[in-house]
Amino acid sequence: MQDLALEKTMEPALAVSNLNVEILGENGAFPVVSEMSLSVNRGETVCIVGESGCGKSMTALSLLRLLPESARVASGSIKIHGEDFLAMDQRKMEDFRGDKIAMIFQEPLTALNPVLTIGEQISESVRQHRKLGKREAFARAVKCLELVQMPDPERRARQYPHELSGGMRQRAMIALALACEPKIIIADEPTTALDVTVQAQILGLISDLQKRLGTAQILITHDLGVVAEIADRVIVMYAGRPVEECSVYELFDNPLHPYTIGLMGAVPHRGEAEAAPRRLADIPGTVPPLWDLPKGCAFAPRCPGASSRCLEERPPFVEMKPGHFAACWEHDHA
Amino acid sequence: MPDTAEQIAPAPLLSVENLKVHFAIRAGVFQRQVGEVKAVDGVSFSIGAGETLGLVGESGCGKSTTGLALMGLVRVAGGRIAMKGSQDVTSMRNVPRSHRRRMQIIFQDPFSSLNPRQRVRDIIRAPLDIHRIGTMEERRAEVAKLISLVGLRSDQADNFPHQFSGGQRQRIGIARALALKPDIIVCDEPVSALDVSVQAQILNLLADLQSELGLSYLFISHDLGVVEHISHQVAVMYLGKIVEIGPKKVIFSKPLHPYSELLLRSAPSHDPHHRHQFSAVSDDIPSATKKPSGCAFHTRCPLATDLCRRVEPQLETKAHGQSIACHHR
Repeated sequence: MQDLALEKTMEPALAVSNLNVEILGENGAFPVVSEMSLSVNRGETVCIVGESGCGKSMTALSLLRLLPESARVASGSIKIHGEDFLAMDQRKMEDFRGDKIAMIFQEPLTALNPVLTIGEQISESVRQHRKLGKREAFARAVKCLELVQMPDPERRARQYPHELSGGMRQRAMIALALACEPKIIIADEPTTALDVTVQAQILGLISDLQKRLGTAQILITHDLGVVAEIADRVIVMYAGRPVEECSVYELFDNPLHPYTIGLMGAVPHRGEAEAAPRRLADIPGTVPPLWDLPKGCAFAPRCPGASSRCLEERPPFVEMKPGHFAACWEHDHA
Repeated sequence: MPDTAEQIAPAPLLSVENLKVHFAIRAGVFQRQVGEVKAVDGVSFSIGAGETLGLVGESGCGKSTTGLALMGLVRVAGGRIAMKGSQDVTSMRNVPRSHRRRMQIIFQDPFSSLNPRQRVRDIIRAPLDIHRIGTMEERRAEVAKLISLVGLRSDQADNFPHQFSGGQRQRIGIARALALKPDIIVCDEPVSALDVSVQAQILNLLADLQSELGLSYLFISHDLGVVEHISHQVAVMYLGKIVEIGPKKVIFSKPLHPYSELLLRSAPSHDPHHRHQFSAVSDDIPSATKKPSGCAFHTRCPLATDLCRRVEPQLETKAHGQSIACHHR
């Protein structure tokens, strides 16, 4: 009995195993996310990083069952505090969504309702999940805005999204996501639309809040700089699949996958001011279309170290070192 | 190589003095002018041959408008734009084509800056047609040369823009800008819409073209890493004004203006062992329509005093060729 209780507490807040998402196109279905597994513990931030079309946003949307109509989860499971999220009926799922798991979107101007005030939107979400009167809910909304360090929260709660600046809107959206104190937050490129000084504030806010509330976070981004600032663990995706997963330190100190190494070399780093500009290590070619993936490793056509095996067989995603996973034949120690 | 006389007093290729661009704010049924946004408010800089000036700043600071003003794509309210070897065109109603040829532009969005109904070869040839350069045969040969110069395949010349990826489209835009053999190319956020692996390809291409052709760039970007990588000189803009300008090395290692410091402090570190402790506190970010009095940065500046609220600081040259506009540095 005690063992069972212990097991319960050890359970990750969110566990995804072998998730496959496909898009139903004109010429049949093709995969956009394949064999994606991840788990996030309480107080942990996992970053999913990759370039456009790598499946990172589709992964995020499937975690909240918000996939567009043309896409569906083909197989796999998503467990929230041990409960199967994909198997839930609509009612129960809606109870969970917003209450146990919530999302922060990239573009607050399109994600917020333009005809409701910030306060109304937050109270609406609160009243969906808690038995509160209008007044109490509004007071709660103001509290949430205080939590995200919105200046003058009382007044801001009565304003519409268009009256706020980009950074304030993103704060409002974070407040909306936190309204019911969810234990899991999914943030899809939360700072991409922001200026660099505002991005710094929002990143500061996100890590601040996590320390105080102990949420489990998944943060989707294309920016390795953001990853370095905020992640505990990182999953690198390429063409719909995870290609590398490890701690953030391990990723920056000892990246294994040639794609990760390529990405790191391609970013012009701050602080290497030299007289003559360094040549960036670009990755030749482009990402293959998901409906026409190569037979072997999807990265092989762009990989400097690709062998004939890479072109023929897809490498499995395996543990190369303790806690460091990658899908690459080059590093296959077996 | 410049000769000795030029080395003593090197006349820059492009010099911009006190450039101003104002936009009217209109409101009401009759669209009466109720105010004015000084998007570019007295900007001065110069660019030497074969040199890159990086123009950084956050959205709304007027960096793109500066680029458009140089190209004659917005109306200039005042100031002087002079190119070495050309007459002063600032006050001319019809700028001669011989001047226009010398400066070209690459836009940010490779999706909206190419005509979707034109074939690539026609897009790249258009500037040659407009400026009536060479015979039809020569133009065709030139287009073929440009296509290979920017790293596209010759068999792609008959394709339409939608058949290309973002990075390839940006290459098409670069080929078009190169068609007239310009001296200066205004690069308006040319890699912001691209993924990092492709962004590196385009940055390398721009660097190669610069060393091959001796081009000068005005490189407009919000990305400090990219600007540091590609520039020789850097200018930092805030609400329509340059607040700091100087050699890249100095600006990035020892910024003097508090705004430059804030920008550099805010850029992510790319090193998980040395994380920033970003403050979550928001500051009062003004917009160009409601520009603060005195020094426009005083609402966010830790050094601000009463003087800053009243008197606008002017750009002053400090050591190491750095100029800043700040009362306290």
